[in-house]
Amino acid sequence: MSKHIVSMNLNGRKMEEAIEPRTLLIHFLREKMNLTGAHIGCETSHCGACTVDIDNKSVKSCTHLAVQCDGSEVKTVEGLANAGVLHAVQDGFYKEHGLQCGFCTPGMLMRAYRFLQDNPNPTEEQVRIGMAGNLCRCTGYQNIVKAVLHAAKTLQQQEKVAA
Amino acid sequence: MNAPMSDREKALMGMGESRLRKEDARFIQGKGNYVDDIKLPGMVHMDIVRSPVAHARIKKINKEAALKVPGVIAVLTAEDLKPLKLHWMPTLAGDVAAVLADEKVHFQMQEVAVVIAEDRYAAADGVEAVEVEYEELPVVVDPFEALKPGAPVLREDLAGKTEGAHGKRYHHNHIFTWDAGDKEATDAAFASAPVTVKQDMFYPRVHPCPLETCGSVASFDPVRGELTTWMTSQAPHVVRTVVSMLSGIPESKVRIISPDIGGGFGNKVGIYPGYVCSIVASIVLGRPVKWVEDRIENLSSTAFARDYHMTGELAATANGKILALRTNVIADHGAFDACADPTKFPAGMFHICSGSYDIPAAYCKVDGVYTNKAPGGVAYRCSFRVTEAVYLVERMVDVLAQKLGMDKAEIRAKNFIRKEQFPYTSAFGFEYDSGDYQTALDKVLKAVDYKGLRAEQAAKRADPNCPTLMGIGLVTFTEVVGAGPSKMCDILGVGMFDSCEIRVHPTGSAIARMGTISQGQAHQTTYAQIIATELGISSEVIQVEEGDTSTAPYGLGTYGSRSTPVAGAAIALAARKIHAKAKKIAAHLLEVSEADLEWEIDRFKVKGNDAKFKTMKDIAWAAYNQPPAGLEPGLEAVHYYDPPNFTFPFGIYLCVVDIDKGTGETKIRRFYALDDCGTRINPMIIEGQIHGGLTEGFAVAMGQLLSFDKQGNIQGNTLMDYFLPTAVETPKWETDYTVTPSPHHPIGAKGVAESPHVGSIPTFTSAMVDAFAHLGVTHFNMPHTAYRVWQELKKNGVAAN
Repeated sequence: MSKHIVSMNLNGRKMEEAIEPRTLLIHFLREKMNLTGAHIGCETSHCGACTVDIDNKSVKSCTHLAVQCDGSEVKTVEGLANAGVLHAVQDGFYKEHGLQCGFCTPGMLMRAYRFLQDNPNPTEEQVRIGMAGNLCRCTGYQNIVKAVLHAAKTLQQQEKVAA
Repeated sequence: MNAPMSDREKALMGMGESRLRKEDARFIQGKGNYVDDIKLPGMVHMDIVRSPVAHARIKKINKEAALKVPGVIAVLTAEDLKPLKLHWMPTLAGDVAAVLADEKVHFQMQEVAVVIAEDRYAAADGVEAVEVEYEELPVVVDPFEALKPGAPVLREDLAGKTEGAHGKRYHHNHIFTWDAGDKEATDAAFASAPVTVKQDMFYPRVHPCPLETCGSVASFDPVRGELTTWMTSQAPHVVRTVVSMLSGIPESKVRIISPDIGGGFGNKVGIYPGYVCSIVASIVLGRPVKWVEDRIENLSSTAFARDYHMTGELAATANGKILALRTNVIADHGAFDACADPTKFPAGMFHICSGSYDIPAAYCKVDGVYTNKAPGGVAYRCSFRVTEAVYLVERMVDVLAQKLGMDKAEIRAKNFIRKEQFPYTSAFGFEYDSGDYQTALDKVLKAVDYKGLRAEQAAKRADPNCPTLMGIGLVTFTEVVGAGPSKMCDILGVGMFDSCEIRVHPTGSAIARMGTISQGQAHQTTYAQIIATELGISSEVIQVEEGDTSTAPYGLGTYGSRSTPVAGAAIALAARKIHAKAKKIAAHLLEVSEADLEWEIDRFKVKGNDAKFKTMKDIAWAAYNQPPAGLEPGLEAVHYYDPPNFTFPFGIYLCVVDIDKGTGETKIRRFYALDDCGTRINPMIIEGQIHGGLTEGFAVAMGQLLSFDKQGNIQGNTLMDYFLPTAVETPKWETDYTVTPSPHHPIGAKGVAESPHVGSIPTFTSAMVDAFAHLGVTHFNMPHTAYRVWQELKKNGVAAN
């Protein structure tokens, strides 16, 4: 199968790679880029374990072709922490025990990262709806909701300090 | 050194602390290491050709077209496994299961052939290209039909065998009959009892569906003659032993590694054909072979849960005192009995079904049956069929209460085993370790204002225009976890002990390994907490590892909530061996006798002289630097723990539901869960286990089902239909606790992780049926989806237009 050259900005770094057009973004990230944080939990696009951020949108990368990302800005869980400092969503999940096996976590974090930019001050119900594309088998979601609310608070404080 | 005592204790972050998890740092940064993250030089990918039909002879398999697909390296069938005698494999239930279908297929989605290719895309292309000709046979999906005289023969490989792994087989589709209790005494009690009730119920087939599916990376090194396999296994040591026996490779040259596992939930206990084929393929090709199944394969072919058709009976006095329990079960085990159980218990611990009640006579009987479905049965937080046992008895107590017009809470209080009766020997012979059910029940009833709820329900029932039905569910359950005493419990002949090995380093940090394996339950955090308190070393610097058979001590793995009861005990006792040696060293260093020393958090001090002491850190250095005469250098210990008994945690769960009379949709208004698992190691972690377990219970009771049509097609085997709740559907949980320690456990701790699943499911059903109780409804089967509840509303004439 003929290959296509794809270039993208991945976690702030330019990269270029020749890939088959049928390559799903999730496999491209995991197998070609060795960014194995994003996971695969289904093949019907329900679980959201593969969620990454493409051009400021949460996208299930199992339902997106890598070639479609040519010229895009793509962020994965590996790109969340900045110079060793955890992002507020990562810290929130840690502090509120929002993960157990950790398999849904990268997708949850990437979704929460985008959700809190779209809705910086959500209610609990809005968090539950906003995170509904992400399945978790361990936590029962309750602590994930707390984690996202925790992160929202931190981000607001960070903004205040910056302002 | 001389920080105040409370600060020193806090710094340990030991027993009882809700300390944050040591696992989280890697998981929140995408640096976990799960099976599919593993990449080895020369690694190839395996995919499986599966049966499109439920029961058929295989006429012919044509590999030719597949071998022409670019990237495809090999196609293996049963023919290739036969010379190695690996086309069938032994199961934990003492039966055999087909690795690759030989003469026929026994269930839809069964493994027929494997394709090995350079990458997973090519492997998938190869699977499409394999041509298999089938000759279809009559299908059996109903276990009651399976036992009829003229039913099709499913297991031709067992022809003429009237004796199975668990006794006599009376029919070609019959697997075993197992019973417990005193049949005569029970029958006699029923014959003379003033009140008897009987209820049929079906605990539907569901699936644990961990978010990470099953997979393996097998790597046979032909030069060294060594096999290393990374695997999603909840029992890697057991797998190593089995793989060694089946392959003929010495156990010392087989290394099984369970890396990070993305949830197990009982799905990852057994050995699946995919693992075996990846190992064989690696041996054949001399290259690492990766196999990772997809969701549909996981739901369709790996260990399901439940599928018990149960008939329960209770005998009682007119005022609600239970005199006897009798129950009969038809167990649908699918095509091969691969039900994960201790070998002597083909129906697991189902005989815990006398529950939290002092029942003088009891008898249960379970018949296992083959059908054209995937193997399994024990999985999904069942504690070896305790889910079914608790569902049975709790449903029956409700049925009895209803017949007598008694309150659900009152009838339970009346029959509770009293606090002072522990240790209590049940009619089935279990010796319950400890419990205080009444105190816990009172706490829950008060917390939810039970009387107020009943008054509200009465008012709603009196109002014909009320748009909803209100139901109150109550369950008071006793679990049995921590398998188990080796005189009773073994896995394929290996006693169900577990183990821990702790090494204290010269500078006072430590590494510890256990024979269990976490799949998210936070052992790396909580095990360190146990050791921290025992040895006075901060849990932060106690490194815990599990899952590598070349380094961790032999253990039986993690399932049946056995980690805390069994490995938890081994950890404390290994630490105490170190503690005892540390005391000798301290006495030597302080030039006093051991009797003059007392332990205080992190140090031995001379009695009556606070200034004279040696910390564990001092002692660790001395153990390497200047060991006393007669003692070996170093400071480490191993302990293998054979538990004297199981642990018996309990819980009181209450649920309030509101059912829309127009649509049949149910809102969970409130769910209150009190769990008592004895001494609590880390309350934060326990709460997380409870939330997860209650959510599973909600899913099972309200929506999950794997069903089969008459042709044996599995239905709803993807996330298109298989109900996994999101954050939106999942109720908000309220949790509570009491503390009734296990007297036989070194730290008084009981297991707990499966309690929320075991207990919540009958609580939901109890609430749903309770909503219809005033209409004379005694039971209806799960799942309580809107459609099925709406049918119930119609049937009872209460559906609103």
